[in-house]
Amino acid sequence: MEILKESGQREVFCGLTSIVWLHRRMPDAFFLVVGSRTCAHLIQSAAGVMIFAEPRFGTAILGERDLAGMADANEELDRVVTDLLGRRPEIRTLFLVGSCPSEVIKLDLAKAAERLNNQLQGRVRVVNYSGSGIETTFTQGEDNALSALVPLLPATEAPQLLLVGTLADGVEERFLTLFERLGIGPVASLPPRRSTELPAVGANTKVLLTQPFLGTTARALQARGAELLSSPYPLGVEGSRRWFEAAAAAFGVTPLHCASILNPLAERGRAAVEPHRRELEGKRLFLLPDSQMELALGRFLHRECGMELVEVGTPYLDRQLQEQELALLPADLQLSEGQHVEQQLERVRASRPDLVVCGMGLANPLEAEGIATKWSIELVFSPIHGCDQAGDLAELFARPLRRRTALAFA
Amino acid sequence: MELTLWTYEGPPHVGAMRIAASMEGVHYVLHAPQGDTYADLLFTMIERRDQRPPVTYTTFQARDLGGDTAELVKRSIADAVDRFQPQALLVGESCTAELIQDQPGALAQGMGLELPVVNLELPAYSKKENWGAAETLYQLIRGLLKHQMPEAGSSKADPARWRQEGRRPRVNLLGPSLLGFRCRDDIREVRLLLEELGIDTHVVAPLGATPADLLRIPEADANVCLYPEVAESSCRWLERQFGMAMVTSVPIGIAATQRFRQELQQVLQLDAIPEVADASRMPWYSRSVDSTYLTGKRVFIFADATHAIAAARIASAELGFKVVGLGSYSREQARAVRAAAQELGLEALISDNYLEVEAAMAAAAPELVLGTQMERHSAKRLGIPCAVISAPLHVQDVPARYAPQMGWEGANVIFDSWVHPLMMGLEEHLIGMFRHDFEFVEGHMSHKGEKPPAPTDTNEAIEAAAAASGIAEAEVLSWTDSGRAELGRIPFFVRGKVKRNTETYAQERGIHAITDEVLYEAKAHFSR
Ligand code: SF4
Ligand code: SF4
Repeated sequence: MEILKESGQREVFCGLTSIVWLHRRMPDAFFLVVGSRTCAHLIQSAAGVMIFAEPRFGTAILGERDLAGMADANEELDRVVTDLLGRRPEIRTLFLVGSCPSEVIKLDLAKAAERLNNQLQGRVRVVNYSGSGIETTFTQGEDNALSALVPLLPATEAPQLLLVGTLADGVEERFLTLFERLGIGPVASLPPRRSTELPAVGANTKVLLTQPFLGTTARALQARGAELLSSPYPLGVEGSRRWFEAAAAAFGVTPLHCASILNPLAERGRAAVEPHRRELEGKRLFLLPDSQMELALGRFLHRECGMELVEVGTPYLDRQLQEQELALLPADLQLSEGQHVEQQLERVRASRPDLVVCGMGLANPLEAEGIATKWSIELVFSPIHGCDQAGDLAELFARPLRRRTALAFA
Repeated sequence: MELTLWTYEGPPHVGAMRIAASMEGVHYVLHAPQGDTYADLLFTMIERRDQRPPVTYTTFQARDLGGDTAELVKRSIADAVDRFQPQALLVGESCTAELIQDQPGALAQGMGLELPVVNLELPAYSKKENWGAAETLYQLIRGLLKHQMPEAGSSKADPARWRQEGRRPRVNLLGPSLLGFRCRDDIREVRLLLEELGIDTHVVAPLGATPADLLRIPEADANVCLYPEVAESSCRWLERQFGMAMVTSVPIGIAATQRFRQELQQVLQLDAIPEVADASRMPWYSRSVDSTYLTGKRVFIFADATHAIAAARIASAELGFKVVGLGSYSREQARAVRAAAQELGLEALISDNYLEVEAAMAAAAPELVLGTQMERHSAKRLGIPCAVISAPLHVQDVPARYAPQMGWEGANVIFDSWVHPLMMGLEEHLIGMFRHDFEFVEGHMSHKGEKPPAPTDTNEAIEAAAAASGIAEAEVLSWTDSGRAELGRIPFFVRGKVKRNTETYAQERGIHAITDEVLYEAKAHFSR
């Protein structure tokens, strides 16, 4: 497979964006970005809704005084943190999130976390990671956040399955039920629902990633002795099934038992996909680089929904983590890594795809050019994992097409 | 360092983007990391723009920092000029690039480009979005017009020169921009106002203008400063350098629209201006008997300075509300807001901390909130009806229909959009009158056959009302059966308020057991 590597202007959020879903997963944690007004505005714009008076994330905005060294930025940070924790006693874990400005001025958040941990004496745990746009794109923020937790995980020698990556609570529950039926257990999750209940890790831990963008975390877990199971990601019937099978094989579940549990699920999943497949079949799809889920989505839409892949873009290609996805994609796939948004849009225009998966900044302009779009950000906010969600996942892509045919103004 | 959860304004380069995206033929090269591209969605989503904003981001990464980011800037500029062929180029940086000091503006100027290049220096760590927009418009106008500047000491341009030149007077409209509040519709409405007076609209900027249009600014007889947040510095500069008269009345509301007309008459030395009878329905609607119940309604106002000041005047003088709080996040215009508050016997709240605003709102106990989308959320939490009157806005504040704020039609729109949320809070005089009628008793099926969304159990309802009112039940207070029963008869949509009032009343008087009688006394007390 040939890979087109591009560099130029990107149209991708930075890693801070992950806070939008991470804070919902761990309601007892607070995410404090140390950055600029831009960072605050990014999260606010990406989050879209502001229904919470006091959300569980915020930005410590650096001011001129901090930069000119007139105020000691470390003291200022301690003051902000003390105020915040005083007002929000329910917070158990505080994530200090680095941004481009904090990195460029070399504000050492690891030291700050250490200092604050000493001060707080276990009342609140302070963890730091970077979500900066000079180092991370979009979903890499979650990878950095989770990998920052890895050193804090207690050790265990007990055999277990560890699911890594944020899942919608409902999907997670469903998965746990299925693992139980398969006879796999105990099963733990990272991130956990309560930030204080961190899973343990050790030599008998088998790690199954729920998302393809967690390379740093996976490697950190491997360094703690865990075994990384290789599988396609649990999107669509095929991916989900293979994902469960990978766990089953690792836990010595007989193929017969595995099939008896998964077959009915897969059948139901395929039936749910079927009406959407009819709409998607033969339609041409262009995935712009955004969430790193593009390969798995492309694989599902091609193999289970019959879509033709014009181009699959990813901001970054982790060959190890994407190995199984790559194997399932057509050999002549046009795959691109990185971005030069203007050139890529030229390819979009030239190829006139039926559907483009892209970020929110590009969607309406493409629609105005007559090209149907799907927002990629929805895919990280919606419950789309598992056989049971395969129909819903297909529907997300079928809807824009259906809408186009439904509308008439003449 | 300052903790911010939600912000009213973005960083100053977003202000610059608003100017660039409002105009045609302008391109902005922004030295910024990839995440900053989020700002595109403000335009393509909130404003539903069908084009990307004309912005090229250099999107430098950590690995570029050791190398030559200056080269990257130059490459981006060259590519952007080549690809988009703009008539004028803005070059600037966002917060992160400001720290690495590549000086993109200076780099651009050294490239020998054959188009006007404006170097934007917008201090990201001390300034905000509106300031950035104003500064960008000013720098752009200045950069383009500097060759036309009259000699120092030459006589002021005569705003009545249209007479000698045998033509109609003409003015520029400065300030309307994307992500401003209803600018698109305001322009149309103000054009109509000008037309009524026989005045031509010359240049409208930045919205819809090209750099070539900006070059024509000095041809007009005066500048109308429609949105001071964005246009004041430009208008002042044009006044100083070109001697151009400046019209400062902002025509939001009936009286302000009249003042706007009079100011134009004065500045341009027009003959008598035509009276327009019944230009707006708003005065009659406000006088009509149906509006009596609006009298003294308590209203809390928080917005950008332009809309906050206008709203305070309209609310108090034209709708007969009682303004119980007035404030703005526009520090640059704080003085004008303070003055407007003083006229109403209030102290203005100047803050960009929405929690502070929410606390002031709660303390003022208003019946209506006029604010930004931030106040919409606060008001929702407090259970108070709200109308949005200013940026920052949300996609639903950019309506498909024609909905100006300025001029005669603007006044109509304002009447409808401020009174409607109050009606939703419901026509209490009617409710008071009919409150024992069975239709209002909960559990009643409406004519649509739907149950009203009221909890059916009274105790539950009371608790829900208490929760909604955000007031924890004081331990010393208890509701007797008779009190509870009476409260249960009150329509659910005002129950929370009645309960709150009754408890305040009881607390103030040291009453511990709330009976039906106490409820009636409280009701009598509060309806005075
Ligand atoms: S709650 Fe309303 S105003 Fe707030 S984000 Fe949602 S739609 Fe917009
Ligand atoms: S790209 Fe950098 S400066 Fe911009 S929002 Fe992200 S972390 Fe902040």
